[in-house]
Amino acid sequence: MHRRGVGAGAIAKKKLAEAKYKERGTVMAEDQLVQMSKQLEMFKTHLEEFASKHKQEIRKSSEFRVQFQDMCATIGVDPLASGKGFWSEMLGVGDFYYELGVQIIEVCLALKHRNGGLITLDELHQRVLKGRGKFAQDVSQDDLIRAIKKLKSLGNGFSIIPMGGGYLVQSVPAELNMDHTVVLQIAEKNGYVTVSEIKSSLKWDAERTNQVLEHLLKEGLAWIDKQAPEEPQYWLPALFSDLYSQDVTPEEADASLL
Amino acid sequence: MDRFVWASGLLEINETLVIQQRGVRLYDGDDKTKFDLGTVLLSTHRLLWRDHKKHDCCIALPLSQIIFFEEQAAGIGKSAKIVVHLQPVTLNKEPGPYQSSKYSYIKLSFKEHGQIEFYRRLSEELSQKRWERISVSQPMQSPSRSQAGKVKAVGIVGIERKLEEKRKETDKNISEAFEDLSQLMKKAKEMVDLSKLIANKIKDKQGDISEDETIRFKSYLLSMGIANPVTRETHGSGTHYHLQLAKQLVEMLQVPVEEQGGMMALTEVYCLTNRARGMELLSPEDLVNACKMFEALNLPMRLRIFDSGVMVVQLQSHSEDEMIASAVETVSEKGFVSSEEYAKLVGISVLLAKERLLLAEKVGHLCRDDSVESLRFYPNLFLTQD
Repeated sequence: MHRRGVGAGAIAKKKLAEAKYKERGTVMAEDQLVQMSKQLEMFKTHLEEFASKHKQEIRKSSEFRVQFQDMCATIGVDPLASGKGFWSEMLGVGDFYYELGVQIIEVCLALKHRNGGLITLDELHQRVLKGRGKFAQDVSQDDLIRAIKKLKSLGNGFSIIPMGGGYLVQSVPAELNMDHTVVLQIAEKNGYVTVSEIKSSLKWDAERTNQVLEHLLKEGLAWIDKQAPEEPQYWLPALFSDLYSQDVTPEEADASLL
Repeated sequence: MDRFVWASGLLEINETLVIQQRGVRLYDGDDKTKFDLGTVLLSTHRLLWRDHKKHDCCIALPLSQIIFFEEQAAGIGKSAKIVVHLQPVTLNKEPGPYQSSKYSYIKLSFKEHGQIEFYRRLSEELSQKRWERISVSQPMQSPSRSQAGKVKAVGIVGIERKLEEKRKETDKNISEAFEDLSQLMKKAKEMVDLSKLIANKIKDKQGDISEDETIRFKSYLLSMGIANPVTRETHGSGTHYHLQLAKQLVEMLQVPVEEQGGMMALTEVYCLTNRARGMELLSPEDLVNACKMFEALNLPMRLRIFDSGVMVVQLQSHSEDEMIASAVETVSEKGFVSSEEYAKLVGISVLLAKERLLLAEKVGHLCRDDSVESLRFYPNLFLTQD
């Protein structure tokens, strides 16, 4: 039978059903909802008190934020789920992380043409700090990671990849499986990787190696240097910053030319 | 600054680097030094500073000489600093950059940030005191803390006592905050438990809960930040808040999305909206939940999710003509369809399918046959045939 659900008859039927159920078992849920509403008010008061004493602590201390987040997770509460939640409204945790989210997205977008949407957490951290300016609150890597975890809900492929020395942050939905990740980890040392290196350290055959490298090239995560002395080198711009690139001032550039 | 000795910058055997930070300037007490810009390095045994250009200009200080340290917040035109209070200089210290100093503390000024992490690591090293357990290849000139304590001059005792008190006070403030936090979390846990109880009751009754109760319950969960497993399947995660939000969003996004050709990635929408708001920002989940309500509210935008997982906001008017044309084609092929059948054919929701068919009907390309069985759509033969 097809449900119609429209029309005056249906509405009246629905109201009757509701009334019937209300007089039976529904009373129990109603009671509990009222109780929850009362307890919620009380909790709000406690939170307000806490906020008046310690709101600064949350803003200033990243260690305190870590403690706070861990405790919330333990009891099954997500203080960042909604800007309309108590935590956000009274402690101001929300705005801190949501704004950080915006800054993270902007940095990743700005660099995507260069690194294909893959960036080290270190570089992201430095650039976000720079963007925030000297007078802004400090931000720890833990803060960034939590903000990124929230950004996952936006469907744009944000994910965090553990590497030997830290983390990589992916901001595009490119499929990166275990094979790709392990090649990235090998490339971490020098910023690039070669076919022979992969074959010797991972014992892969040529086909598997080439498939992985082609995928990285296709996604814009790797650049190929065919003029390298022995064999082509696959460079990962995401891993460049510490090793080879440096933000140079005009004076430094001039000095180096002398 | 007279506690520092000249160093090679090389780590001893068994000495491990813990963290380093560039862009650091050294202060002797409150006075600037010529050690203007360099990298500060923390090892298991020492605190080192190396000039960022002249790498052979490097000075070091044993960690055992550190009594206590504290943060000094950044200010207008001033970087954040860590103030490090030191033991008095030892008698047979190796040569260093300063013969004497009127201060018993130095400051590290973090011109390129990094002070938070550095502070944390320094705390760790000073509490673990690994230098006491791990001996290095060259003997260190630093006496352990308790030894130095016996060589103190009277004035310094007073200063140290004050510092100790201040540290205890800071610790007390921090521990009070944590204590209060624990208490708060206990109460939050009670709320979580209660909500689980109610959620179970709802599940047991399997949908006999009234609409009003559902809405109330969901808004309670939203306030507390508790995930919403039970009612999500039947009623979605949205609340009245998200309803309002959805309407606001459409108003705000109409022009920008149009300018972008009718479609905008959700990450862009997130940035646009939050930058415009300035405060009381939306969480990513708020945005998604609000966009999910576009369809139900009949707003002129839709949230669309591609195979890749990318989510976009799309104007309804975007490809109206295309949608209509394809709908008519499909219906002609099949002879007739119901909303449910069409939805399955095209891979869209029944609601959207119905809308599309209704749209096509509106422009006269489809006809309806509304009967006891179902609502069906046929190609409008009145129009096409003679």
